[in-house]
Amino acid sequence: MKAVCWRGPNNVQVETVPDPQILNPRDAVVKITSTAICGSDLHLYDGYIPALRGGDILGHEFMGEIVETGAEVKNLAVGDRVVVPFTIACGRCFFCERQLWSLCDNSNPHAAAAEKLYGFSGSGLFGYSQIYGGYAGGQAEYARVPFADVGPTKVPHGLTDEQVLFLTDVFPTGYMAVESAGIQPGDTVAVWGCGAVGLFAIVSAYLLGAERVIAIDRVPERLAMARDRAKAETIDYEETDDVVEALKQMTGGRGPDVCVDAVGLEAHGTSFTAKLDRVKHAARLTTDRPYALREAIQACRKGGVVSIPGVYGGFLDKIPFGAAFAKGLTFKMGQTHVHRYIGPLMERVQAAEVDPSFVITHSVPLDKAPEMYRTFREKEDGCIKVVLKP
Amino acid sequence: MSLPRPRNDRAAGSGSGIDLVQAERWGAFLAGGSLTLFGLTRRSLPGLGLAAAGGGLIARALLRTSGTAPASGTGVAVARSVTVNRPIAELYAYWRDLRNLPRIMDHLESVTLDDDRRSHWVAKAPLGTKVEWDAEIAEDRTNELISWRSIAGAEIPNRGSVRFDAAPVGRGSEVTVTLAYDPPAGAVGTAVAKLLGEEPDQQVREDLRRFKAVMEAGEAPTVDGQPSGRED
Ligand SMILES: NC(=O)c1ccc[n+]([C@@H]2O[C@H](COP(=O)([O-])OP(=O)(O)OC[C@H]3O[C@@H](n4cnc5c(N)ncnc54)[C@H](O)[C@@H]3O)[C@@H](O)[C@H]2O)c1
Ligand SMILES: [Zn+2]
Ligand SMILES: [Zn+2]
Repeated sequence: MKAVCWRGPNNVQVETVPDPQILNPRDAVVKITSTAICGSDLHLYDGYIPALRGGDILGHEFMGEIVETGAEVKNLAVGDRVVVPFTIACGRCFFCERQLWSLCDNSNPHAAAAEKLYGFSGSGLFGYSQIYGGYAGGQAEYARVPFADVGPTKVPHGLTDEQVLFLTDVFPTGYMAVESAGIQPGDTVAVWGCGAVGLFAIVSAYLLGAERVIAIDRVPERLAMARDRAKAETIDYEETDDVVEALKQMTGGRGPDVCVDAVGLEAHGTSFTAKLDRVKHAARLTTDRPYALREAIQACRKGGVVSIPGVYGGFLDKIPFGAAFAKGLTFKMGQTHVHRYIGPLMERVQAAEVDPSFVITHSVPLDKAPEMYRTFREKEDGCIKVVLKP
Repeated sequence: MSLPRPRNDRAAGSGSGIDLVQAERWGAFLAGGSLTLFGLTRRSLPGLGLAAAGGGLIARALLRTSGTAPASGTGVAVARSVTVNRPIAELYAYWRDLRNLPRIMDHLESVTLDDDRRSHWVAKAPLGTKVEWDAEIAEDRTNELISWRSIAGAEIPNRGSVRFDAAPVGRGSEVTVTLAYDPPAGAVGTAVAKLLGEEPDQQVREDLRRFKAVMEAGEAPTVDGQPSGRED
């Protein structure tokens, strides 16, 4: 089959590789009809997530048709059309039983490596480095799906791939970012980053009853989409001296009740510390550039919630922890518990409360993946979300 | 019989370094030829290349030391715990049927039962060789503890135990495994240990991880055999 393989930083190739097979009784194999590139893939592309091996198959947002099931998979049949959570979870451990699917104890075959790095291991993830299990990803014609009896969710008739594809990751991720913050009536939510994750955080904040959402980015097309399609007020941080001060002024001096960092470890910034971060980052002296996170902590109102769907991988410099402590902030973060949200959000899509396809700007054949990674990384050509068609 | 007392009990899960004294003991253990008792044939281990390099040494060590009397006090012992989200009775029953152990312990090829107390164990060794011994159940307390030991005359005298304790409510059961080996002493082993730098308790940890996955999820996660752009 054809698959998108990582060959090193800034280098992905579409290659011919063997077809996947059932390896465990709870596996299934999916023939992929649509698959997306995620902001998380850019961290791999840019070389900031360790422990990738040349030849690893990328991709964790995919859907398609079941073509084979293992002996223990009773709830799916060949021909079923499914969306597949990017987190791999057993459904039976302490964490899965408590709906903390991305913390599953039993799905990472390389758990020892993750333990070395983080003390404990989270769940396995598709196409996301050896540390997260080394699973082959879904930017390919086929993928093997472990624990297929609890992950893949059937798509109701009448919904297109484009409407349901993002239930695999970015819609639940934006949703969990605000749901876990416990939105109250009257809340103002600030969202850093207007990529797909940020956009879905905005949409979800309104679904959950937020009064106002203020979105921060610098890319004109993204700010426009946040404004026109997701109904947020916007701040262009390159045109604004002090984002924290601007947010304070926009909220009567209170600060936003909930601050969402939907940017992650490759934040771009304009201040002196941000430039220092970039230099250190380029020299691999620091692992993460927490520029948006710093602002979120500074801006958040007293007793508010800072929610972090943006990915971080290592040690963070100059986090204003004193401010967080002084203001009694609550932090929410982590890989998304996709299994928890995929059903309820599918219902919202079916009820036409949301049409997630609005984020798609590019839909191209799988062969175009190498140039699309570049276009997406450079935010060129108005690129916000890329769908690949195997 | 009381529980074998591990000398480098790391059950608390803190350190992962291996000190020199331990390394030396570990070396002695390796000289006994039982290198792969801790799974050095596993493809994923970083020491794999070194294992290949050390293979000849090990084979020679095997030849030279077999039949030597065990030098007491030079052995290796490890203890490790894991919490499994299943009732104790189920975990005990699985373990009490020793034939299940090769599914959990990667280095074991087979365990066959002679009768209710005696069993025959076959472990994988380097270069396609095998190490075999007979063992007997030393102690068996239903839903509490099982311990076993090799029968006199084994090339690498060894013993092990598994203990089952209830975890706090809603958290399943705590399973603690100890393994101890009293290999013949040997100088070659030290050199091999230096080459490998492998930790004995890491292997027990992996075995327990597999046990937990098999009991909870019904299977152990794997990526062996999946596609990639590599030639392997
Ligand atoms: N927690 C999870 O499970 C999960 C799941 C999916 C994605 N993510 C992460 O979410 C983040 C966003 O993903 P995406 O797909 O939307 O990525 P993306 O690259 O499309 O979007 C990131 C956006 O952040 C903006 N940005 C950069 N620096 C900024 C700053 N200082 N202030 C405000 N905005 C800034 C960029 O201009 C861009 O529009 C990534 O870190 C990704 O890894 C996490
Ligand atoms: Zn993603
Ligand atoms: Zn689980």
